[in-house]
Amino acid sequence: MNTSELIENFEFLDSWEDKYRYIIELGEKLPPLDTKFKTDEWKIRGCQSQVWLVPSKQADGTMNFSGDSDAMIVKGLIAIVLMIYNHTSAARIKEIDIGDVFARLGLKEHLSPSRRNGLEAMVEKIRYYADVFQKGQ
Amino acid sequence: MYDVEQIRKDFPIFDVRINDKANTFLDSGASAQKPRCVTDKMRQIYTEEYANVHRGSYRLSEEITAAYEDARKTVRQFLNAASAAEIVFTRNATESINLVAASWGRKFLTSADEVLISEAEHHANLVPWQVLRDEIGFGLKICRVNDDGSFDWGDFCQKLSGKTKLVAVTGMSNVLGTILPVKEIVSAAHRVGAKVLIDACQLAVHQKIDIRDLDCDFLAFSGHKTYGPTGIGVLYGKYDILDSMPPYQCGGDMVDVVTYQSATFDVPPARFEAGTPAIVQAIGLAEALKYMMSVGLDNIKRYEDELTTYAVAELSKIAGLHMIGTAEGKGGIFSFIIDGIHPQDLAFILDKEGIAVRVGHHCAAPLVHRMGYESVVRASLGLYNTKTDIDVLCKALNKAKTFF
Repeated sequence: MNTSELIENFEFLDSWEDKYRYIIELGEKLPPLDTKFKTDEWKIRGCQSQVWLVPSKQADGTMNFSGDSDAMIVKGLIAIVLMIYNHTSAARIKEIDIGDVFARLGLKEHLSPSRRNGLEAMVEKIRYYADVFQKGQ
Repeated sequence: MYDVEQIRKDFPIFDVRINDKANTFLDSGASAQKPRCVTDKMRQIYTEEYANVHRGSYRLSEEITAAYEDARKTVRQFLNAASAAEIVFTRNATESINLVAASWGRKFLTSADEVLISEAEHHANLVPWQVLRDEIGFGLKICRVNDDGSFDWGDFCQKLSGKTKLVAVTGMSNVLGTILPVKEIVSAAHRVGAKVLIDACQLAVHQKIDIRDLDCDFLAFSGHKTYGPTGIGVLYGKYDILDSMPPYQCGGDMVDVVTYQSATFDVPPARFEAGTPAIVQAIGLAEALKYMMSVGLDNIKRYEDELTTYAVAELSKIAGLHMIGTAEGKGGIFSFIIDGIHPQDLAFILDKEGIAVRVGHHCAAPLVHRMGYESVVRASLGLYNTKTDIDVLCKALNKAKTFF
């Protein structure tokens, strides 16, 4: 699913209940992260739930991320973040205005740093990996 | 008759809707809402009566100095302390405890001594002692709480000895709601010659403290939890002990004679209030304490106990809910988890229903871990909560269960 399909799907959901049920469904569909990555090394700090993020490089030069959380809604939100960023070049990752995408999904509040759900920190980490990847090229 | 609906009218924030729902505020354990008398008083001072204290020889300064010192007298009355000179204004309870550690601790503790705290402490009454222990080398002993969250008296007695120089314990656990037997702890500690510090952050909000009856040596609480402003806290210390202590921070307002090379220090409490204090906040705190006293601390306690019993009964009807902390006589703090649902996920749903609760380790990580959890949901009561708030919470928790 790409970003515009995701936005389209969310537009069909009127109530917060339906949105949250859909987010949980996306979380359930997200492939679980290999337990060998569930270590402090890949953990995003400062969250109220446990959040992990692992970057990798694709053969075509784009970046790919795997993520997981022990909280289901957070895992669903991670699935959304990964849909937005995966299979994308490092240069493009740094251009994406994720705040705008989340606003269009009606989920803007979840990106606020004060929510401490790890999403804001996760996005920062994705940008950091993109930066490291670009400098290494 | 405790008229909670009338009380709620004193708190304008309950007119504010949250996510288009009634404001179900169940996080007073983190910080309490403010009655209108507190905010009105503070606004009045800033707009009509403001100047610095202890400085000017002009009318505004003299009047606000009197109001600031009257605030100290109100705290004295609230605690039934012997003298207003035993009341030190600080930033919050955390600073009060740090003051005791840095000033009294550094002067009187040696590597041969022990400091005894409990497993129920939040970070503010744990980390300052760890850091000071690393500096001085005394023994830091931790007495146990039982699996139901009650205080393990036997373990306390076993760890209390002639080596114990200080017992520093919470009056009421911010996670478990357990009310510790503080009076018995003070007597036992005094029998072995130890001083006692009570962290009354939670306790002071929910019941009357008679400090002369309690006889503790230090007591700390925060203004923002007792319906007052942020940025103001209290350290009570017995006068002779305060007078034996060196300054904590240095600057204006705490000195007696100053030359370029030396200074002598003022008497307590001024000795511990360097610089311009939180003047308006101190007066706001006094207003909050007067508000609590006008409602009546015993009335608050009786009402909240009844509400606590109701909440425990209603929450226990929710299948899969596990309460953490079920000690006899516990206060209105309910930490829990629901099988198969992450606390963070529960909080997302509760927020949408206009309910404020806290999620995580509640600045008491070792305690939450000791009870067997990483993270828990905590609902906590204030004097304005109602059975409706509990019903809304329970309904939302049952609704949340349908999502997972």
